[in-house]
Amino acid sequence: MALLEVKDLKVRVEEREILHGLTLTVNEGEVHAIMGPNGSGKSTLSHVIAGKPGYEVTDGQILFKGEDLLEMAPEERAAKGVFLAFQYPVEIPGVATMNFLRTALNAQRKARGEDEYSTPDFLKKVREVSKSLNIPQDMLKRGVNVGFSGGEKKRNEVLQMALFEPSLCILDEMDSGLDIDALRIAADGVNALRSPKRAMVVITHYQRLLNYIVPDVVHVMSKGRVVKSGGKELALELEASGYTQFEAA
Amino acid sequence: MNVAVAKTGNGRAVSDLFASAEGRLPGSPAVIAARREAFETYERLGLPHRRIEEWKYTDLRALVGEVLPLAAAPDAAALKRAADAVKAHAIAGARKLVLVDGVFVADLSDVKALVSEVGLKTLRETLEKDAALLKTVSTDAVIELNAAMATDGVVLSIADGAQLSAPIQIIHVAMAASASAFTRSQLAVGNGARATIIESFVAAGAKAYQVSDAVIVTIGDNADVAHIRLLDDAPDAVNITSQFVTVGANTKVNFFNMTTGAAVSRLQGFITLAGEGSELAINGVNLLKKTEHGDTTLVVDHAVPNCVSREIFRAVIDDRAHSVFQGRIIVRPDAQKTDGKMMTRALLLSDEAEADNKPELEIFADDVSCGHGATAGALDDSLLFYLKARGLPEKQAQALLIQAFVGEAIEQIADDGLREHVIGIAERWLERRS
Repeated sequence: MALLEVKDLKVRVEEREILHGLTLTVNEGEVHAIMGPNGSGKSTLSHVIAGKPGYEVTDGQILFKGEDLLEMAPEERAAKGVFLAFQYPVEIPGVATMNFLRTALNAQRKARGEDEYSTPDFLKKVREVSKSLNIPQDMLKRGVNVGFSGGEKKRNEVLQMALFEPSLCILDEMDSGLDIDALRIAADGVNALRSPKRAMVVITHYQRLLNYIVPDVVHVMSKGRVVKSGGKELALELEASGYTQFEAA
Repeated sequence: MNVAVAKTGNGRAVSDLFASAEGRLPGSPAVIAARREAFETYERLGLPHRRIEEWKYTDLRALVGEVLPLAAAPDAAALKRAADAVKAHAIAGARKLVLVDGVFVADLSDVKALVSEVGLKTLRETLEKDAALLKTVSTDAVIELNAAMATDGVVLSIADGAQLSAPIQIIHVAMAASASAFTRSQLAVGNGARATIIESFVAAGAKAYQVSDAVIVTIGDNADVAHIRLLDDAPDAVNITSQFVTVGANTKVNFFNMTTGAAVSRLQGFITLAGEGSELAINGVNLLKKTEHGDTTLVVDHAVPNCVSREIFRAVIDDRAHSVFQGRIIVRPDAQKTDGKMMTRALLLSDEAEADNKPELEIFADDVSCGHGATAGALDDSLLFYLKARGLPEKQAQALLIQAFVGEAIEQIADDGLREHVIGIAERWLERRS
């Protein structure tokens, strides 16, 4: 079943059109990779799906579980199950990570009409997940991402993904700024969350990440459109031949 | 603007006020003479206005206009309502001293428990003997007016070495509408003493009233004093408070003020570090909305060497509110090895909100470490979006960031219970926004 349907999406930032009619369908249980050169519109797509202000959708639509995503505020999208793992997670001094996690999780549950998590259940769950991601407990007492290394920030994103249990995860350049060991820990965390009910969209510039998170479908983006789709072998092909062939098109 | 005319106008209003109140003002003939002298100084100066440098951002002639008549002494019905307000604002475990419309009310205070540990008198009693408490060093018109009109207050003395077993909470309750209350208190803390004092300003149904308070604080050597002031006056009230603080040697002083009420408020603190080796912290938070005007003006005078002073101030300003912070650090020629810093930050929640920050350093010694910083800005959009993308609605995301912002000042309160109490006040203020 189609979880995410992006149809002929056109997006402007200020006066410039970045996406020129992008179409993409992601089904439940699938992992899609979106590759493309800098400036092809990969991050714009992820921001528009998450609802970041500053983007003007001039045409097309985005359906999530059949509902019009563009009509929803960012927090509604989160509560419905859309999760964006940020390329550059922000630092929030003075907001303890633990408090943030609990507040966010309960806000989402409240929006869905579910009961708030009890404190022991919540703590148990955080402890479990953070252990598997190699996140020390004292990190959770610090301000959100404050003083975290690049790898710690990405692991904190995966931790949230595991806690919030979204049905669509968008990973925006998860590999940027990570060394191989940090990348492996984060990727293992993501792989553990793969499930028949959950889809993932992995946005990346390099094929390297896809050695760790193996996609079902690979899309190539260029100049604001998906110009080619294929299986995981497409990523290897790109690694060998580069993006130039698509940029000429 | 014709200043002379405005001054005469204000002077005349006060003149009537003083004449009609004079019979009710306590004190010996010498005290009444001191009052009259203070009043004459006030009358000559008039209410402060924007061309007086210290009042540039808080023009009382424009913001307040006139001083309201003295509130009548509370009757039995008023005292009954005041009792409810006291109950609602009492801090658990603290011993209360209650002033209703500027009059000390023993029945609502924990006098018996207090007198076993501290010396307690009222201003009224003290003024029967001498006028010393009316004489503070100042050429400030509002301080002179307070000296002329002060009806009552508490005069507390904490003996050398006393370790108070519970905090003392002075609660100012406003009952009367369209009237003024003038109070003046003294807190004398002896050598080696340890005390926590809370001052709360609250309203019990009172509207459009004015509060003028003066507090004279003297702290000895090797003492440890926390002073927390919570201003939660009615949204149409005026509160002008002056603090005069003298600190001895090797003493720790931790002041905190939180303003969440009053249409116009000003807290002006004049703090002198008079003994070496002391550490002074003065922190504050203004949470302002609508057209509220909140001013914190601090003068920290390093008169001797080897003292540390720290000021951390945060203002959250919504709607068309206006927050003012003026901080002056004076380092006298002898005050070598002074370490004085102040940091003030304002968070503007609306395009029409206004923050004025005026730090001043007057350094006459050459071996010191002094600094100040000031910022003003809106909430960071990238932080807000991150929180919203995690499921927090706009107001809740804002509230979380605002709490973190004011937390930097609130966390300076050492006592866990009081810190939680103040965090609770901030949380409730934020809930009322959403």
